[in-house]
Parts: sequence; structure tokens; C-alpha cells
Amino acid sequence: MATPGHHTLSVLVENRPGVLSRVSGLFSRRGFNIDSLAVGPTERADRSVITIRVDCTRHSVEQVVKQLDKLIDVIRVLEVHPDMAIERELLLIKVQADATHRLEIMRMAEVFNARVVDAGADSLLLECVEHPDRLAALEELLAPYTIVEAVRTGRVAMTRASVANDEGRAPLRILG
Amino acid sequence: MSDTNLQKARARKERMLGAEAIIRSLEAEDVTICWGIPGGAILPLYDAFMAIDHSIEHVLVRHEQGAGHMAQGYARATGKVGVCIATSGPGATNLVTPIADAFLDSTPLVAITGQVPTHLIGTDAFQEADITGIVMPIVKHSFLVQKAEDIPKAIHEAFHIASTGRPGPVLVDIPKDLQLTEIDFAYVDTIDLVGYSPEFPRELEGIEAAADLIAHSRKPVLYVGGGVINGEASDDLILLAEAMQVPVTTTLLAKGAFPDSHPLSVQMPGMHGSKYANWTIHRSDLLITVGARFDDRVTGKLDAFAPGAKIIHFDIDPAEVSKNRFADVSLVGELRATLPALRDAVIARKDNAARLEAQGEWLRDVQSWKRDNPFRYKKGDKLKPQYVVEAFDKALKGKDAIWVTGVGQHQMWAAQFLSIDGPRRWLTSGGLGTMGFGVPAAIGAQQGCPDAYVVNFDGDGCFQMTMQELATARCYDVPAIHAVMNNGWLGMVRQWQELFHGERYSETNLFGTIPDFVKLAEAYGVLALRAETEAEVDAVVAEAIAARRPTVIDFRIDEEEKVYPMVPSGAASHEMIDQAWDNEWVEEGV
Ligand SMILES: Cc1ncc(C[n+]2csc(CCOP(=O)(O)OP(=O)(O)O)c2C)c(N)n1
Ligand SMILES: [Mg+2]
Repeated sequence: MATPGHHTLSVLVENRPGVLSRVSGLFSRRGFNIDSLAVGPTERADRSVITIRVDCTRHSVEQVVKQLDKLIDVIRVLEVHPDMAIERELLLIKVQADATHRLEIMRMAEVFNARVVDAGADSLLLECVEHPDRLAALEELLAPYTIVEAVRTGRVAMTRASVANDEGRAPLRILG
Repeated sequence: MSDTNLQKARARKERMLGAEAIIRSLEAEDVTICWGIPGGAILPLYDAFMAIDHSIEHVLVRHEQGAGHMAQGYARATGKVGVCIATSGPGATNLVTPIADAFLDSTPLVAITGQVPTHLIGTDAFQEADITGIVMPIVKHSFLVQKAEDIPKAIHEAFHIASTGRPGPVLVDIPKDLQLTEIDFAYVDTIDLVGYSPEFPRELEGIEAAADLIAHSRKPVLYVGGGVINGEASDDLILLAEAMQVPVTTTLLAKGAFPDSHPLSVQMPGMHGSKYANWTIHRSDLLITVGARFDDRVTGKLDAFAPGAKIIHFDIDPAEVSKNRFADVSLVGELRATLPALRDAVIARKDNAARLEAQGEWLRDVQSWKRDNPFRYKKGDKLKPQYVVEAFDKALKGKDAIWVTGVGQHQMWAAQFLSIDGPRRWLTSGGLGTMGFGVPAAIGAQQGCPDAYVVNFDGDGCFQMTMQELATARCYDVPAIHAVMNNGWLGMVRQWQELFHGERYSETNLFGTIPDFVKLAEAYGVLALRAETEAEVDAVVAEAIAARRPTVIDFRIDEEEKVYPMVPSGAASHEMIDQAWDNEWVEEGV
């Protein structure tokens, strides 16, 4: 119970001014560190999903979910279990690539389903949408060629289509 | 809200300024009184207060903190939502302390602030402060109104959120230009908050599990917090306790939720609680927690709190369950629903008579601790504060009295020596521990309950933080009595310095004669009295109670007096220290 672990929370919110700071502020106020955070629109214009990854104990994650649930603009909070969900993140990465290494890098990119989105005289800009662990692996492989710049979006997650509607989503609302 | 006010609001289909719409919305919420100070960004609202006919009394205070605490005092004494109003920038920031106080003590409060005009927001305009940002971690919710048409809706939702579920403060920030915009008033009485559902499904499935734990317990205790008062569940609690025949301990916030004079009461637990409450908890094998939150001032060292007890937790707020202490069984919902359900379940059990029999010995133990270890104090040459508290308690016995306090030693003496038998009759700043709460909270409580006798036990330090509100008391003729326990020190801090910091009294001496509280009170035109001996105490208490006008009494008390017993910070809650007595207390083997 006391050992920390990673937890991905999917927080459905009403698209109201200040909602992101309410959510993120709650984490810092209660002493949780956010590993990654991604916000974006949903199928409904008036709602957004904030995907948050935290590293904390199970007890803590239950606490933070209950506190999140108390925010008026938060509609529901789900913990997304990795084995029942698809998790993706976008990486943009610029790598030094002179003529001698260019092909090598491009082949490697192919293996990771990364695309070359721009090329300069001695660098390549790659884009990759993948599971965050795969992105980390790609970055590691590219490191020897010198990474000029890299940026990631933070993960988003969704329960697999093959999982019956509620299984992969554990709403942690505890009603006693 | 009352039907007539609601119907009036619905029927109103006029064109009006946003400012007037604020007033009409407040009327629809049954607001009859509010507290505040005008200023640039809220001027249109104040203009409307004067320009139109309406049914709201506005009380002009001397500092916005006073407005906030008055609204809190009113709310806690009456159970209604308290309303305070301030201008943008410094007016709004002066409300931060009462808002935080209302947040920690779950008080329904709506704060309305003016904001700079919409087109100036974000430009560091004159008196611009991002007040919704500033209060974000200390409100239940806040609104920055964006369109004048949204004013009625925002106010309606603010009242709904402040007063339902676990109550708390809500801030509504309204830019000046919106107050000056003409709108078609349309009162929306539906609530459109998908993310907020305070009416929990009444899941009573935990009841049987709770009744099971109770049936198997040999040493149960009801640990009661302020939720019982907010949940209006005192009567249900009394019925439950009497049916179960278990001791009841009431936290600082819950004083009065269960009668202090009840034979089952073991009064207050925690740092300056009774020995018998702390021993009862420590020895208990089952804590039936009702609307309480395992605050560190109650638990002391958390690991050592009620070490042998299982926990049943009743609360309206699911986030309190297992926050500080794991709950074996929890029931989230309104106490007025869950407490009677538990009572029925306990009584219905076939083995209930056997349980009562088996728990009888425990109850006898608890009662003997209570009999042998009352709160007490030693008389000396100088006036003892506890005597003052007892004198008021005696003088107002049988009358409707509301007791208010500041924060410090005097607060604890009042908590220990007052006997209070009903809810909403003890108003103290518990969670935030706000010095300066007393004077304004007493004024607000008195305005909400004009016939009650309101007594504010204040410290000389606390009093000086909000004493400017004596002007408010005088102007509105609010007869609350402010009993200043003048020990010349920031006494509670001094007590810690004496006991734990080698008597180094760093920056705690207030020099008790500065100011002269009697002259000060006279300057405000209120009744000013002083007492230094017990005989004088008896006389001034009688005079003040008879006067029915705003009163300040300067009680010159023994500066050496300390609050005992005490759980030192970080100790386990049953490890209480005490002063030496001639007839030493028998420390039960706990
Ligand atoms: C606004 C605020 N500032 C500081 C404190 C810390 N504090 C707690 S009790 C206390 C002393 C209060 O002095 P006084 O009002 O004279 O009461 P006494 O303890 O002497 O009865 C202080 C400074 C506080 N609780 N609130
Ligand atoms: Mg003092």
C-alpha cells in the first residue's frame, strides 16, 4: 500500500475558465507531483479531458481522486489501467544528421513508426506518436547522434474498444 | 429559498442593470442581511442598494475581514448562508482570511467581490487582483462572471454550492462593467452543474456492517465532529447515543452538538480536551466517527491514536473517509439519514441486550474517569480566567446564549468550562485558528439571533486584531458582550514558550495596559467595564447581561495561568501533562 507507483488519471471536466488551474493546483496543494499532463477537447465542445500521470501510493491516488471529484467543474475521474487502455504520446525530436548518418536515422525512425516531418542541411525533425515507453526507447537510440531538441506532449489514454464499457475504467469514487 | 421570494424572482421580467440583478438574486435566495464596504469596482451595486426598493439590510463594517467573520457568525448561528461584499483588489484580499476560515470549518458563505471592468482584466489595472486565483485552494468554488446575463445564475449556483453537501465558501467576482450593463432579468432556478451532486445516493449498505462491529465491540465511543451541526443531526445523534448507551466525545467544532450536560458526554478530545475523553478514545476498540475528520489537534500522534480501535466513519464528504485514518466501515451521506438507520439496525439486533450488558463495564469505567478527573483550576491571589467563564455560564444558565471566542488560551478555557447543550450555540475558529474571529463573529451571530445573549470570550491579542468593529456594534446597536481575557500576553504562544522553549518569551508580551480597553471602548461609545477580583466579576457580569447594549469588559486575569491538561505537540493523545495538584489525579493505567 505504501509503495509508490504510476497512475494515469483521466479527468473529464467542464470547459470553464480556470478549470485547468483548479485541477493542477489541487495536485500541488495536496503535495503530489505531476509526471505529465495533457489537456484537450473531447467529442463535446463544452468538455475537455485532462490526462494526468502521477507517481504516488495507491492510498494517495485514492485521496487525490476523491479531492478531484469534489471540484465542481470535474464531471468524473477515472483511473486508467494500462493493460486495459491504449496510451499514446506525441514526440517531436530534432537530431543531428549529416549525410553519413541520415539514412541510418531514417531507417531507425521507420522501425518506430516515426515520420520525417522536416529536414535541414545537417538535421532531421522526426515526429512519432507511440506509447510513451516506446518514445523513450526511440530517444535513447537517437541519443548517440546528438539530439538538438525534443518535446513531448504528455500522454493521453483511452480504454480499449475491446473492453466492455466499464471494465477498464475504475471510477474511484468511493461511496462507503 | 422561500416560495414567495422564488415566485417573485421568477415573475420579475424587467430590464435592469446587472447591479440590480445582484440584489434581486440575493432576495430570491432569502438574503435579509449582508456585510461589506463599498469601493470603485463594486460602486454600481452600492448605488443600487440605495436606488431601488429591496428587502436586504446592508451592514457597513470597518474592515472587510470583519464583514467575512460577521457573515460566518451569522451563518453558524442560524444555519443560513452568510453574505459578505467587498470591492476589487484590497477589498477582496481582505476577505481571504474569513474565506479560508469558512473553508476549514465548512461554513456556508457567499462572498461577492467587484472586479475591474472586463476590458482591463489582466492589465494590472488600479485595484486589480486575481481574487478567484488567490482563493482557489480555499473555496468550495468560485465564479468570475463573464456576461451580465449570467449574474443571476452565478449567484443561484453559488448559494446552492455553499449550502449543500459539505458547506463551504463560494466567491462570485463581478466586473464593474457587467454591473452597469442592462439585462433582461430572468431568474433561473434550475441548477446546471453536472460535476456536482451533493445528494449522495443513500447507500445504507454499510449499516449492517457497522451494526456488526458495534455488536462485537466491548468499548465503543462516538467521536463527533462539526458535521453533526452542519447536518442538523443533533437530535438524531442523541437518540442514537441513548439507544446505544455509548460515551460521546465532541470535538471543538462540535461543542453543543451533543449536550455537555448529558451523562454520556465525555466532552472534548484532543490537545486541551478532557483526560477522560482522551483516555476513552485511547482505550476504545471501536470509534464511531460522525462528521469528524481526525484533525491533528484531536489525534496527536496519529499512529498512536486509538491504537486498538476499528473505525466506522459517517460523513457527507467521501474525501474525509480514510484520509487520515483508515475506515473499516464507512457511510457517506446525510447524517440525518444514516444516523437513524444505524439506530434502527442496532436496536433490531437480537443480541442487542447482550451487547448492552457486555458494554456496561466500559461505560462504568468511562464514567468513573469522568467523575474523578473534571476540568479544574487552582484559585490564587489573581483573578483566574476560568472563574470568569464559570460566572457567565452560571449567569446565563437557562437563557438562550451564544458563545463566541477568539483563538488562544481563553478559547480553550471557554471550551473546557462552558456547558453548552445545543447546536449552533458555540462559534469558534477551529480549523484555521483565526485570531480576530471573535468580535465580528459575535456581531454577526447577534444580528442573526437578536434575542439571544451573545458573549464573545476574546483574548487581548485577538481583540486588537478586529476591535475596530466595535464601531459597527455601536452604529447598529448590536448588544453582544465582548469579554476580553486580558493577560497582557499572546498567552497561548507564551505557554508554549514557557513549557517547550526554556521560558524564552520571544515577542509575546503585549503589555496589558496598552491600550486601556475601557477607555478604548468608551471612545467607541459602548458600555465599558473592568474587573480584577471575583466579586467584581460577579458584578460586571450581571451588569453587562442586564444592559443589552454593546459591551466590552476588561478582565485583568492572572498572566501565569495555563491551559491544562495538555497533549504536548507530537505526543500520543493519552499522554497528557498537567500541573501538580495536592490531591494528585490517579492516572488510570492507560
Ligand atoms: C491571525 C493569527 N496570528 C497568529 C496566530 C498564532 N497565535 C495563536 S494563539 C496566539 C495568542 C493569542 O493571544 P490572545 O488573544 O491574547 O489570547 P490568549 O492566548 O492570551 O488567551 C497567537 C499569536 C493565530 N492563531 N492567528
Ligand atoms: Mg492574551
